[in-house]
Amino acid sequence: MIYLDNAATTRPCRESVEAVMQGLEQFGNPSSLHGLGLRAEQLREKAREQVAHALGALPEEIFFTSCATESSNTAIFGVSKSVGKRKKRIITTSVEHPSVAVCINTLEEQGFEVIRLRPDENGEISADDIISAVDDNTCLVSCMLVNNETGTVFPVGAAFKAIKKNFPQTITHCDCVQGFLKRSVRVKDLSADIISLSAHKIHGPKGIGAIFIRKGVHIPAFILGGGQEKGFRSGTESVPLIMGFGAACEKYSGAIAERYAKMSELKKYFCELCQKADGVFVNSREDASPYIVSISVKGLKSEPLLHFLEQREIYVSSGSACSKGKKSTVISEFHVPSELADSVLRISFSGENTREDIDALMAAISEAQNTLAKLRK
Amino acid sequence: MKELILCKYGEIALKGLNKSNFESVLCKNVKRRLQSLGQFSVTRAQSTVYVEPLEEGIDMDEAVERLKKVFGIAKLTRALEVEKSMDAILNDTMDYLALAFDGYRTFKVNAKRADKKFPVKSPEICSELGHKILEQFPEMKVDVHDPDVTVTVEIREKHAFVNALRIDGAGGIPVGTGGRGMLLLSGGIDSPVAGYMIAKRGVQVQAIHFEAPPYTSERARLKVEKLASEIAEYCGDIFFHCVPFTEIQETIRDQCPEELFTIIMRRLMMEIAQRISAKEDCAALITGESLGQVASQTMYAMVCTDAACRMPVLRPCIGLDKSEIVEISRKIGTFETSILPYEDCCTVFTPKHPKTRPLLDDVEKAQNSFDFDPLIQKAVEETTVKLIKKFV
Repeated sequence: MIYLDNAATTRPCRESVEAVMQGLEQFGNPSSLHGLGLRAEQLREKAREQVAHALGALPEEIFFTSCATESSNTAIFGVSKSVGKRKKRIITTSVEHPSVAVCINTLEEQGFEVIRLRPDENGEISADDIISAVDDNTCLVSCMLVNNETGTVFPVGAAFKAIKKNFPQTITHCDCVQGFLKRSVRVKDLSADIISLSAHKIHGPKGIGAIFIRKGVHIPAFILGGGQEKGFRSGTESVPLIMGFGAACEKYSGAIAERYAKMSELKKYFCELCQKADGVFVNSREDASPYIVSISVKGLKSEPLLHFLEQREIYVSSGSACSKGKKSTVISEFHVPSELADSVLRISFSGENTREDIDALMAAISEAQNTLAKLRK
Repeated sequence: MKELILCKYGEIALKGLNKSNFESVLCKNVKRRLQSLGQFSVTRAQSTVYVEPLEEGIDMDEAVERLKKVFGIAKLTRALEVEKSMDAILNDTMDYLALAFDGYRTFKVNAKRADKKFPVKSPEICSELGHKILEQFPEMKVDVHDPDVTVTVEIREKHAFVNALRIDGAGGIPVGTGGRGMLLLSGGIDSPVAGYMIAKRGVQVQAIHFEAPPYTSERARLKVEKLASEIAEYCGDIFFHCVPFTEIQETIRDQCPEELFTIIMRRLMMEIAQRISAKEDCAALITGESLGQVASQTMYAMVCTDAACRMPVLRPCIGLDKSEIVEISRKIGTFETSILPYEDCCTVFTPKHPKTRPLLDDVEKAQNSFDFDPLIQKAVEETTVKLIKKFV
């Protein structure tokens, strides 16, 4: 099996699996007063430190959630009910993940003014674009660090720093799901008040995420009940998954630069092969995250090509929810020509991938070009 | 409160000498449908099937839901079993009647005394129960000519039964009394509806699906299997034949003119379906075609398709508008599954400008320019089959 769909999810690492198993065996409820509960609480707190450390945050700034989608929902609706009571403008991009975009659409329906910055013809959104969109009436700026379909990296740190300087009351939120532990993500550099994270994109388990909330920033809780996570996120904590998350953070918080260099090398190799190949186009920018490469194979429809690769045990993503003529809006926002938009594949790497994987992928694509039915002009 | 369900026949009550065949198939279907809910006694008398639970705690709501989908039953009634005494008939039935009267204004009472030894005569039963009802439900009025609710009291050998809740059944005639048919099931909205409609006329339906990986995905096939299991609620268990069709589709693309792709593809599908039908003893093909809906469903296209058929092709949706088909698919619960967005084998190879008036000569010439027979044979041999059961 050649797994090239790491932006969808990653294989949990051994350390993470073992931590989850240990958490299942240490089954106490952290809220219980007895020793079993205390053990569970201590394990949970250790994991919180691991996640905080990986982000350069304080442990008390990390709250566990069920997934990054919950984190972003909490952040966006939370801000709308705090600063958003007085300030009614939201700045975001037109290429956010649905877990952010749909929340903001909902707020727009409720009367918020929403500015969606669109990538220019080079696929870029500049820090200045973001900064100049913010005014005194802005409650929230939400911008992803790395785009999940193309790998485009946005200048979040530079933009947020200036925004926080000019408008300290404006809350800055960053969806870091595709960037966390794949490039250096430090809360200090990012100047984000709130960050959404997910465990399963970094070789941790599914069903667990986290939200970073800078000390001093207050938003209301999203889920109410027994008062877990200091009353911010009620519900009995999933200690096993939290431990799995912590273990993955621990494992991957070192050697980020080395892995980044290896991925860049892999991406370069892949892009060169694409350039040599007939009819294969790279949609991602050269300076995009090396972990995600969007390509189009001209004349072949994404879905059959994906299944063709699947038959050869090569797993990729169609990179867009394109089906029956419905094209990914994100892909077209990045100015991928319409004749290529139906043919997008998202190849996403992890440290486990090798040049041989890419060779196999290219061979299979070339085989597909010779055998698969072409799209009609 | 013990209930039983009375199922009134529809059309089969009108049958002649072979009526008892229809009845016994109906009883068998009823039994099979209820099997997994517990023990029932299923008996028939006077154009009615009596379904009586033999265990405590059987989910009668679910039993009714299932019986509402058994073809051959026109009306269902949930009847209450009470002690055979006037006291019980007058007093133990009020909660049940409250449910039956909900939302209605007028009623009448009917009584049937199968046990003539019962001391109170029918007219007296009616009048006593009627009075009690007027007393208990002041909003209800008597209307003996056109009542909203008819309360029937039956005095039988061991118990008395009171019934008033009438529910529409699925109608039609019992599945299995009309032979077997092979349904071409694509994954769209129309073909499950077609299967439902033909099963309603007593035909035991099998399904055949053409899959073309990698142009179609595993999810697309699972979607079609789900559709089959959804119509199985009406049709009974379904044999599901899955034909590997990729090679044939790719060959058509390479060998035949583009504007005739779809029509030739359909002719080859019909051919394969017929060969499998022969093995399975199916006497007709069933499709969801609706006249003029798409290029391959014009009358001229059907002339070309039918020329490849040696058995009748039943097209129950032929005269229905899309909106009418959608309405049925919503009613039988297949719509939501049908609109799941996976590629199916019909959409990938669609020509830009298909011929709406193909000439049979042209089609045959195009198709005969290549010997498809070995590919057809191979596809038939590699077809997989599984039994899709709804209630296990």
